[in-house]
Amino acid sequence: MTQTEHHPEAKDHEIVVEMRGIVKRFPGVVANDHVDFNLRRGEIHALLGENGAGKSTLMNVLAGLYQQEAGTIRVNSRLVEFSSPKDAIDAGIGMVHQHFMLVPSQTVTENILLGLDKPRFRLLLNQYDKVIAELGERFGLQIDPRAKVWQLSVGEQQRVEIIKMLYRGAQVLIMDEPTAVLAPQEIEGLFNTLRSMTAEGKSIIFISHKLQEVMEISDRVTVLRKGKVTAAGLLTKEITRQELAHQMVGREVIFHLDKQDKQPGEVVLAVENLHAENDKGLPALRGVSLNVRAGEIVGLAGVAGNGQRELAQVLTGLRDCTQGKVLLKGESINNRPARLGIRMGLAHIPEDRTHVGSAPNLSVTDNVIMKKYRKPPIARGWMLDIPAATQFAEELKQAYDIIVPSVETPVRLLSGGNLQRVILAREISSEPVVMIAMQPTRGLDVGAIEGVHRLLLAQRQADSAILLVSEELEELLSLSDRIYVIYEGRIMGEVKVTSEKSEDKIIEMLGLMMTGTPLEQIDGAANHV
Amino acid sequence: MSEIASESSPKKRRLGFKIQLEPRLSEPPRWYPFVISLGAIIIALIIGGIILAAVGGDPFRTYAHIGRAAFGSAGVFSDTIVKATPLILVSLAASVAFRMGLWNIGAEGQFFLGAFGASAVVLTPLLPVDTPRWIFIPVMMLAGILAGALWGFIPGLLKARYNVNEIITTLMMNYIAVSWNNFFIFAVWSERGFQMSPVFPKNAWLPRLTDYAASIPLFRGLTTHFGLILALGAAVVVWFVTYRSRWGYEIRLIGDNPRAAKYAGLNIKRNIILVMMFSGALAGLAGMSEITGVVHRLQGAISPGYGFTGIIIAWLAKLNPFAIVLVSVLFGALILAGREIQPSGIPKMIQGIILVSLIASDFLLRYRVRLVRTAEEA
Repeated sequence: MTQTEHHPEAKDHEIVVEMRGIVKRFPGVVANDHVDFNLRRGEIHALLGENGAGKSTLMNVLAGLYQQEAGTIRVNSRLVEFSSPKDAIDAGIGMVHQHFMLVPSQTVTENILLGLDKPRFRLLLNQYDKVIAELGERFGLQIDPRAKVWQLSVGEQQRVEIIKMLYRGAQVLIMDEPTAVLAPQEIEGLFNTLRSMTAEGKSIIFISHKLQEVMEISDRVTVLRKGKVTAAGLLTKEITRQELAHQMVGREVIFHLDKQDKQPGEVVLAVENLHAENDKGLPALRGVSLNVRAGEIVGLAGVAGNGQRELAQVLTGLRDCTQGKVLLKGESINNRPARLGIRMGLAHIPEDRTHVGSAPNLSVTDNVIMKKYRKPPIARGWMLDIPAATQFAEELKQAYDIIVPSVETPVRLLSGGNLQRVILAREISSEPVVMIAMQPTRGLDVGAIEGVHRLLLAQRQADSAILLVSEELEELLSLSDRIYVIYEGRIMGEVKVTSEKSEDKIIEMLGLMMTGTPLEQIDGAANHV
Repeated sequence: MSEIASESSPKKRRLGFKIQLEPRLSEPPRWYPFVISLGAIIIALIIGGIILAAVGGDPFRTYAHIGRAAFGSAGVFSDTIVKATPLILVSLAASVAFRMGLWNIGAEGQFFLGAFGASAVVLTPLLPVDTPRWIFIPVMMLAGILAGALWGFIPGLLKARYNVNEIITTLMMNYIAVSWNNFFIFAVWSERGFQMSPVFPKNAWLPRLTDYAASIPLFRGLTTHFGLILALGAAVVVWFVTYRSRWGYEIRLIGDNPRAAKYAGLNIKRNIILVMMFSGALAGLAGMSEITGVVHRLQGAISPGYGFTGIIIAWLAKLNPFAIVLVSVLFGALILAGREIQPSGIPKMIQGIILVSLIASDFLLRYRVRLVRTAEEA
């Protein structure tokens, strides 16, 4: 595979964006080392690479967020210099970031209009609501323009971001790991949207580290590794998954986990007929019952927004339920302070690492003692034992490979993978009886995911009861002993994962349940329970 | 903003360099904020000097005069310290609330209540006039602290229980506090119809340096009082609580991310009330210190807006208790020296310029300035 960007077909396609020799340094690293990249009209161009390979940096340069130290950017053959995202969007380049940039308390329409010159003074929101709904409709992006952003699921928020860029007239759309936050069905919807946009002549840059998706959606691929291009603008249909993986990580990747056989112990966490409401006051859980035993990983599959978040919140004491019971080792913990669960050995890896799982401006030390500061050795009477806390943080840093200059560094300066390791280190080091893991690998790269999976399996080996909430079926299948499926706040059924069953059959059953078919109604399901 | 096409700015291209601002991705070294702040003050003085020169003044003589008026001799430096003492305490009060994201702008009212509480001990009287000083002072301190804490407790409770905005309640309670004091100095404790209480007995005064002039002649005329020790002690206590105690950890955690705090099982409501009381107590102590160390009677004009200046100082010091001490001394000097030059005008202006430069310099802590070579097209 030694194709260059001067592919024979290039002549047929107009180049809309051409980046040449882009250099961007950050303290200690060269994020982009003379990177070349080009984009043709109407194509989906995947930018592939592990976390830290420089994908986002390169695209942030293109979107005007960063300024390159060397190199040039041409848009439609014109040399451009962006000093802000506004310059980029004026040139027709819009970026949908991994972390959405929306105002939670405002409506969809207000968010989209934010920062624009029109409307000038009178808002006339109704009129704009219609325009925005129509624009969304055109690209298959269903959204209620009057909904407040905080009420929306992550997938819906992403749609708002996309519409925002389309409304601003983006011809080139940069999607930074858009599928990291989506459920399988939502991913399909997103892909359809992307295709309909290219059909209208828009061009898309698709940043990802997931090979499968890149193979499915992209026309061409550029691979980055450690700031350098290792494959430039290859045609996707002419390359295999293995070859791409090799270009990406520079070694062969093993897609295999070592899960040992283990006899689960007694039931540690039991949920009985749980009902709860969501933030809008609508029923989110309608009678959920499930149990998790010591030494097993129980998966909870489901499309995002079917009650997973509310369930985790009720289990961890962050939300009150309206009916039902949560029993931890036989003791009722629902509608009690979060502290009780923590004291009884309930660990929680939250879905939202930055907003819930960590305090961004506090140090790594302060973040890892979050659930330990009340008891010795970290606590000494009403005081904190700072040397003990520091030592504890140093130990975790070693044991969990947290890459950070010092444990005094504020965690906002950590990368996503490192931040997740800080949270995992904190939760696992408490030697939990039960662990609620929400999307623990979301947005992590291949290496980091492998690390998280190992840690979870080690917890299973250590007789923890683990409830793994995930939207990645592959992850659920490779880790779980049993999988429940949740749909609209109800459990559709439970599937045991054993080596005798074919994965395809299980996936098919999970898929049916995830879209609302109860287990009883699935043919031949009886053999699989 | 429309420098998209380079053709439109050929001049820039020929230069080959441009200034670029980037968000900092790592923490600047520890000395950096101090150097930047010092630089900001120097630049502010230069700007002030230019303006002074423009209106026909001599900047050097003016600054020299300010310096002399605030730091020139033991006497004036002592006066600067007297001004700084209440500022340190109210700024600490503001800082502990701000640390948890509580916008207590009621330090002024809590200051008045503290003064009232301390006065009540003498004027009610709770203690007989001939009580020895070592009993009088601690009881007055306690009364001042409790009264201030009560004034913090009310908005704290309203915030925790009913989610009432503490900015509004603390602000409004400032006016109540002033009027409350006025009621007592006009009606209850008025001295022969004047709007002030009788002077406190000497044993209810905080000891001053000048009180020891008989044995140490150097102290003659120095009005620095025991309140300074209280203020410095309070700074140490606040630092210790914030960085070394479990409670301080909770405050920092809630202040940085309330959702994470909730997730970690913290009781946020209880902390809202406690922190508001702690904040009120510190401001109350400031009131007590001022009334027993300087004024020696309850009267109307006991604060030239200390409570509000404290908000500014707390921010300028970035909530660091020891930086608060330094900034308070600087502000004390400006208040004192200002009166020397002109009742208003120039000194206020210099204060304003310093403030603006310090706030602006914060930008350099978050961004780095780089000189970048604009690459020529290959």
